[in-house]
Amino acid sequence: MTGGDIIEAVVKSLIIIVALLTAFAYMTLYERRILGRMQLRSGPNRVGPAGLLQPVADGVKLAFKQAITPRGVDKPLYLLAPAISVVTALSAFAVIPVGPTYNIFGRAIPFHLADFNVGLLFVLAMGSLGAYGIVLAGYASNNKYSLLGGLRAAAQLISYELALGLSLVGILMISGSLSLTAIVEGQARGLWYILVQPLAFVIYLISAIAETNRAPFDLVEAEQELVGGYHTEYTGLRFALFFMAEYINMVTVSALAATLFLGGWHGPFDLLSGPWWLLAKIILILTLYVVLRATLPRLRYDQLMRLGWHWLLPLALLNVVLTAIGITLLQ
Amino acid sequence: MAIAPPRGDTAANGTQVILSGDSMTINMGPQHPSTHGVLRLVLDLEGETVTRCEPVIGYLHTGFEKTYEEKTYLQGVVLTDRMDYLAPLSNNLGYALAIERLLGIEAPPRATVIRVLLAELTRINNHLVWLGTQALDLGAMSAFFYCFREREVLLDLFEMMSGARLMTSFIRPGGLMADLPDGWIERAESFLREFPGHIVEYESLLTENEIFKERTIGIGILSPEQAQALDLTGPSLRACGIPWDLRKLAPYCGYETYDFAVPTLTGGDVYDRYLIRMAEMRESTKIALQAIDRLPTGPVMTADRKIAIPPRAELATSMEALIHHFKLVSEGFKPPEGEVYTCIESPKGEIGFYLVSDGTGKPYRCHVRAPSFINLQSLPPMSVGGLVADLVAIIGSIDPVLGEVDR
Amino acid sequence: MFLFLLLAVVAVAASIAMITARNSIHSALFLVVDFFCLAVLYLTLNAEFLAAVQIVVYAGAIMVLFLFVITLLNPGNEETDDRLRGQRPLAVALGLALLVEVALLLRTQAIRDRLGDFPPATSFFEQVQTRINGTPTAPIGNVQAIGIELFTTYVLPFEVVSIVLLLAVIGAVVLAKRQLR
Repeated sequence: MTGGDIIEAVVKSLIIIVALLTAFAYMTLYERRILGRMQLRSGPNRVGPAGLLQPVADGVKLAFKQAITPRGVDKPLYLLAPAISVVTALSAFAVIPVGPTYNIFGRAIPFHLADFNVGLLFVLAMGSLGAYGIVLAGYASNNKYSLLGGLRAAAQLISYELALGLSLVGILMISGSLSLTAIVEGQARGLWYILVQPLAFVIYLISAIAETNRAPFDLVEAEQELVGGYHTEYTGLRFALFFMAEYINMVTVSALAATLFLGGWHGPFDLLSGPWWLLAKIILILTLYVVLRATLPRLRYDQLMRLGWHWLLPLALLNVVLTAIGITLLQ
Repeated sequence: MAIAPPRGDTAANGTQVILSGDSMTINMGPQHPSTHGVLRLVLDLEGETVTRCEPVIGYLHTGFEKTYEEKTYLQGVVLTDRMDYLAPLSNNLGYALAIERLLGIEAPPRATVIRVLLAELTRINNHLVWLGTQALDLGAMSAFFYCFREREVLLDLFEMMSGARLMTSFIRPGGLMADLPDGWIERAESFLREFPGHIVEYESLLTENEIFKERTIGIGILSPEQAQALDLTGPSLRACGIPWDLRKLAPYCGYETYDFAVPTLTGGDVYDRYLIRMAEMRESTKIALQAIDRLPTGPVMTADRKIAIPPRAELATSMEALIHHFKLVSEGFKPPEGEVYTCIESPKGEIGFYLVSDGTGKPYRCHVRAPSFINLQSLPPMSVGGLVADLVAIIGSIDPVLGEVDR
Repeated sequence: MFLFLLLAVVAVAASIAMITARNSIHSALFLVVDFFCLAVLYLTLNAEFLAAVQIVVYAGAIMVLFLFVITLLNPGNEETDDRLRGQRPLAVALGLALLVEVALLLRTQAIRDRLGDFPPATSFFEQVQTRINGTPTAPIGNVQAIGIELFTTYVLPFEVVSIVLLLAVIGAVVLAKRQLR
């Protein structure tokens, strides 16, 4: 590894982190504005032009809140939990390719931080580790509502990770690689995988919503039942970290969906360059998230489990079998 | 050796209690997002299954019933607003009817028709708040805003006639506070004409929504026998298959002359309570429109000078009017000795006023049969064996208002 | 080598902490740290697939399940008195015996000769390639290599293991069903 490589990696890491944090900030605003539109109100539009500075105001507000540590918490774990959430959320994005290789300053720079040959597994691994943040927060808070939230998170994560992972197997069988760059290139040569694997796409989207604890699967923090779930006892910036992790995870699973099913940085015509195409696709999927949140009631805990185990998992298995048959027939 | 209760057994709704360790006692409320105010529930949970549910009330205790004894009958009207603050006009009506019976008078025809109109608008208003919060309790946030859009129109109407959006105190013993202002009837009618369309909007969000049905069908079931034993009234009772509606069974204000149905279903679960209230909103719209059609002209306050405060203009010319005014304002009217119980069908069930008069200007005793309070005792039998999430849906479905529970 | 030493120290420290921790949640977390060190060790051996699977399966699924059970039952701090008397001295004695055995084994020539048979991961992949393509030129990922090995050389053990796991799944379902009834 030369000095240039190291500088490149550092610069790229910084860009990704800054981009993700910006995405987080503006995702909150975007969500609130869309929710507002769908709910006969305008959403936050007072801070800055058209409310564009609202995330800044929110950040400042949270930063100046008193950081309360309740009595009786397991302090090391209580402080570690939000950090785990954010770190896993941020690192998952490292393997997602945002564009092809461009020549910048006479240097061929691939637009991704790392191209593991097991990149996809890496994203899944980081996603599953993210659960530790939530489970530990629930345990360490010394609060029964938090504990229930943490328990729900653990059960939900284990159940939906299976369906999520299995839904991607079909793609691996078609593309023959676990490297995300190779998968994107594979789609550029042929059809987008959403056309080949529509069932897998639906299963992935549903499981991804459950993985990121978003409505209608937001049982982990269901405020009508568990007050705030695992983050009931967190205030100020520590709470902000959980919030941040949730939104960054949303961006990551959306980016993964775009990469695996919607052709990644490739667009049907060369209007936009690679990263912009990817951004457009991510925003599309994020919008779907918000629309779902605005329209659907929340599932109950046992219904969520039943959906995962009785429907999504068998369907994902069926999809694997069908894909295998299809590949054999085509060969 | 003590025999421990079997672990891992099946709860009433078919969900299994897995890996039950010791049960966890959890304190839900009085500061909790979905206990509809300051209701506090002490729950025992095994996993997430509720094994014991004990409502603890009194966090909003105001002593209204005692306060009545220190107020003249007319002043007491304002207290009724503050009990069920989502249906103040219904409470006004029940109180006014009780006093009118005590006095042996009747409100003029125009006032009676307006009372019916207002009672039904209040029912719609109450059910709108109930629908919004019930949906919100289940995690569907948008329905709330749609319901409150229509509620806003109703509150504007209330403000237009009484000057207050919430605490109207508009229906008074002997009639009404005042006649309806110009243009009020037209606004109310245009609202009532378009309102059925809005109900369709709400239903499109919820009625056929798979998740909503999953969350509500078969949840919090009460059998008709249980419901009667618990003295349940209102939409929750009618969802159990008992067509008990005081507007039909013991008509007041001429309800027997209006054409409306009493929606009844037999499921007795949260979903049926939802359907009943949606149907009731439609029926209320019908009744209100009929009331507008037949609205007679005439006074809205009884002509009895011993009860109604004389109009301002008379005070300048009539000595008698001045004396009446002075007596009514300083002491209030004095019903004959006796006691009376009058009940009406409020949006939440049977609200009854028991008044004892000792012949003075203030009631000797006033007791309110508050539907929220009595319906609340059906919460434990409905929720034990279900999950915490069901409990939230069930609380919403019996529509308690804590101001009325803790009078 | 420096990386290996660092990981080894962390892994051993985490293992000791896991055993001595009073709080079972802390124990579980130290085990996760251990899994992490193992995963990174796999990475240094160019076995990315194993590393990723180690984290997804062990840290991501199994330990989360452990945490679920521990937080659900919430035993708090473990009681100090042993359930089985004399467990500790016995454990120490057995552990020492095992250590001595391994040390003695490593000293015998037969084992030392065999050690050469286990090539580093990279050459393992090359071997698989050579068997398939004839030449080790085209680089293939270790996912393919593991897959090929599993479905050719080790297909019988692989299938046997999958049947055993299937039996376990069926058994779990049967037990759960019986409890439900």
